[in-house]
Amino acid sequence: MQSFRYSQPKSVDAAVSGISQSGKFIAGGTTLVDLMKLNVEKPAAIVDINGLPLDRIESAPGGGLKIGALVRNSDLAWNTDVKQNYPVLSEALLAGASPQLRNMATTGGNILQRTRCYYFRDTNYKCNKREPGSGCSAIDGFHRIHAILGTSEHCIATHPSDMAVAMMALEATVHTRGAKDERSIALNDFYLVPGTTPDKENVLEPGELITYVTLPALPQGTRSHYLKLRDRASYEFALASAAVVVRVSGGKIEYARVALGGVGTKPWRSKEAEEALHGREASEHTFRAAAEAALKPAKPLRDNAFKVELAKRAIVRTLQVTTQTA
Amino acid sequence: MSTSVIGAAVSRIDGKLKVTGAARYAVDHPMDQIAYGVGIHSTIANGAIARIDTSAAESMPGVIAVLHHGNTDPLFRPANPFEHDSRAGESRPPFEDDKVYYYGQFVALVVANTFEQAQDAATRVKIEYQEVKPLVRLSDAPPPSGAPARNYKRGDPDGSFKSAPVQIDFTYTTPAETHNPMEMHGTIAVWNGNKVTLYETTQGVVNHQHVMSEMIGVPLEDVHVISPFCGSGFGGKLFPWPHSMLAAIAARKVERPVKVSVPRSLMFTTVGHRPFTQQRVRIGATKDGKLVSLQHDVVTPSSIIDAYAENCTEPTPVLYSCANVSAQQHVVHLNIGTPTPMRGPGTTPGLFAIESAMDDLAIKLNLDPLDLRLRNYAEMDESSNKPFSSKHLREAYQKGAERFGWSRRNPKVGSMRDGDLILGWGMASCTWPAGRGSAEVRVRLNADGTARASSATQDIGTGTYTIFAQVVSEKTGIPVEKVDVVLGDSSLPPGPMSGGSTGNASVLPAIAAAAEDAVNTLKGVAVKTEGSPFFNADAKTLNLTGGRLHTQDKSPDSGVPFGEILKMRRLAGIEGQAKTSPDENSHKLSSHTFGAQFCEVTWDPGIARLRVSRWVTVMDAGRIINHKTARNQILGGVVMGIGMGLFEETRYDQRNGKPLNNNFADYIVSTNADIPELDCIFVEYPDLNLNEYGARGVGEIGLTGVASALTMAVHHATGVRVRDLPIRIEQLLA
Repeated sequence: MQSFRYSQPKSVDAAVSGISQSGKFIAGGTTLVDLMKLNVEKPAAIVDINGLPLDRIESAPGGGLKIGALVRNSDLAWNTDVKQNYPVLSEALLAGASPQLRNMATTGGNILQRTRCYYFRDTNYKCNKREPGSGCSAIDGFHRIHAILGTSEHCIATHPSDMAVAMMALEATVHTRGAKDERSIALNDFYLVPGTTPDKENVLEPGELITYVTLPALPQGTRSHYLKLRDRASYEFALASAAVVVRVSGGKIEYARVALGGVGTKPWRSKEAEEALHGREASEHTFRAAAEAALKPAKPLRDNAFKVELAKRAIVRTLQVTTQTA
Repeated sequence: MSTSVIGAAVSRIDGKLKVTGAARYAVDHPMDQIAYGVGIHSTIANGAIARIDTSAAESMPGVIAVLHHGNTDPLFRPANPFEHDSRAGESRPPFEDDKVYYYGQFVALVVANTFEQAQDAATRVKIEYQEVKPLVRLSDAPPPSGAPARNYKRGDPDGSFKSAPVQIDFTYTTPAETHNPMEMHGTIAVWNGNKVTLYETTQGVVNHQHVMSEMIGVPLEDVHVISPFCGSGFGGKLFPWPHSMLAAIAARKVERPVKVSVPRSLMFTTVGHRPFTQQRVRIGATKDGKLVSLQHDVVTPSSIIDAYAENCTEPTPVLYSCANVSAQQHVVHLNIGTPTPMRGPGTTPGLFAIESAMDDLAIKLNLDPLDLRLRNYAEMDESSNKPFSSKHLREAYQKGAERFGWSRRNPKVGSMRDGDLILGWGMASCTWPAGRGSAEVRVRLNADGTARASSATQDIGTGTYTIFAQVVSEKTGIPVEKVDVVLGDSSLPPGPMSGGSTGNASVLPAIAAAAEDAVNTLKGVAVKTEGSPFFNADAKTLNLTGGRLHTQDKSPDSGVPFGEILKMRRLAGIEGQAKTSPDENSHKLSSHTFGAQFCEVTWDPGIARLRVSRWVTVMDAGRIINHKTARNQILGGVVMGIGMGLFEETRYDQRNGKPLNNNFADYIVSTNADIPELDCIFVEYPDLNLNEYGARGVGEIGLTGVASALTMAVHHATGVRVRDLPIRIEQLLA
């Protein structure tokens, strides 16, 4: 770790006006401090936003939920409103990390979580994400944990968040505050696929701060579920996960949102799967067709080819669970 | 009545210190003027250091020195194998020359006033390497040449295999594993003139003292090793590793105490590991499952600098009755750090292969796996033609089968269910050699009514402190809480290493004899001290019961507390001492611990989810001295075995030998959520041929057999036969 300046602004205004080009906001610190110890992140300044009034969960005007960027993962997971109306989000949060980490990690920080790619985390390797243009050590390395969707020849690193996958299926919106203005960005547009610039993971401008995340209200009868598949039962990143938000009426699927984790270079919304579900009968056949559609664009490699089938099974099971008649 | 403390479920006497954080581990020791050493480790696995530029680092604030091969007085090699008690983890001392043999090798050490300064400076040292393509995979290595590390043969294994009506021929592999104790390795070195004190975390203070004396080149009596607590070792702390020597020479150079902690990432490179194993097993059998030939051919890698052989064939000639057996072990050399024993070394991966082959035979013959084992039960050690000192494996199988409900097993794959989940049942045999080394113990009886027992052995978390107190209590009647036990200090009478599950069997007779010696001296004081109620009595007529000295023909109540006798003589205390030798029966008898594992897995085929749902372990480990700590050892072994079966693998980058998953997020071990309720019972037959208490060791055997029981259960549930550990989702999806 290298030396840095440290400040604790008391307002959002002060935070966004006080941050320098090479500065970083810190909230829970569960990613940033880890990467600073590895010399992967070397910010010259740390702006500690823990004192900002962004730690509340409120009902949004016109329905839905407004979640402050500093709401801790544990608080969000156990929030009554979230448990009742957005079980997919609560389940995703509780499937992530460990209780200790969830007590620290925040909503904004989790959205910006960095990849667990071995080669990104070690400065002795080539990594286009860490050092643009240096190359990718993962592609010809060991890539069991790497992505099969949204990859490019420059980067195959997965986005590690569980929470963001659920939020993707819930069509969350990210609200930000920059030096000049405020923005509202659909979460699906917030993330970028690596392409030729894997270092650019999202549309945030330098010094722009996530302030809130909002979730739309879901109509009566909508069900949701998150399923995470991995080697062990706890404390491991997803090998494949699925978040679904579904409403069935008269045996037909009226509404469906499908997102995948552990397989994409970003939290992966599958419109192909959703299309394969819309208006169709809620049956095994439909679910399998949706899963096939979701993974059609997959580009598996030697070590992660099994993720294709695993992700399909996650989709099928989550759909089975959410469309089961009680 | 006085023996009740032996065998009881006594809580650890050091438990409170540990749970309150008061127990002081190696790098916890506070020290004035301490400096911090941070290592720089090679980022290549093969080659040499071409240039090392320390100027930027040396000019940084707080930096005291940057040590490397170019500016450091040479260290020496350990005298092993020419001398006893002098085995180092790595025989090449750090900084011997400019050569690099594995990724993560110490190439320099930055010493600074603070840990942060040393860390920052370490990133500013520029090193250029001349890199040579490393050998990292078994397939990279030249085929083994020269004599095998082990070559055992009885009968005609080849001929009898060829003519056998049923043949099994498979290759089984186990991956490299990392010990990963919670407490990482670390050393604080403090010089006082020509004498050095080392605060260590070690499984052998005596060996550590000897090795350090040899490798840093100072007389034995000038090296003092202190290791009061050890946050587990699992074998990784049996022998000293390079950081310990570096702390010592850095402290000598900067003339201040120096602390060197090994970070988690380097726990995967420079402090040993269990090497991967490739094991071909051929079994020839009759159609009713009687073994006629067993051949076990093993290849394991060692480092370039050492010839460590993972002794997988240890159980091969002993476990089953078979007239024709061969066991061969070859070592190849790779650019990976030197392997070292890891809990149940050799036997654990070895049994995975042998027991898997037995399961393959059972599947082929459509025989119940337990039935097959009973058909090949070894009544004696056929490798040495000696009787076993005590073997009750048949009863262990039986008890386990009953407890588990094994007779209800439907052998058809995928036939057993619990709701939507498919159940799989597996079982395996366990074995581990039982041995006993020499030990020297001192027991002191104090005038205040307390006792003190001491020896230069150590408690690595297994309960050794408590066992000492129990034996002293049993011999003197002094309650356990009044027995002070002092271990983990090389200045005490030399005790055994905590390894190979021999600690218990080795120290028990010595503690007992030292306590008896102390009691006899006490009786002598009682009969020779004027004013004593036993003045001029015959010492042989006296007994010490419940801490009271009395004549044999009267009740203990009639006597006096032993402390009163010592006070009459104006003695602070009296001391007994004893030294015991290694197992004197070993030339006549074969001593092993045995056991059986039974397990159930659940399989959710829809999402390829495998979980362990039930476990029964039955151990035939002689007499159990402390049911709490013994059970704890067995359960811990099973947990580690489940990790071996399902999760653990140190994954080396083939390009540069780096362990890619060198942290607790990526190196997957069992979590609580992976472990069901574990059932552990003991069949208790004291093995009085081994020691007067009849106790064998329990530190390692819990891990043996676990992985093959799991692969058997997985086959029963899924139909997939896994012969390469760990069992992974991708193997089950295929």
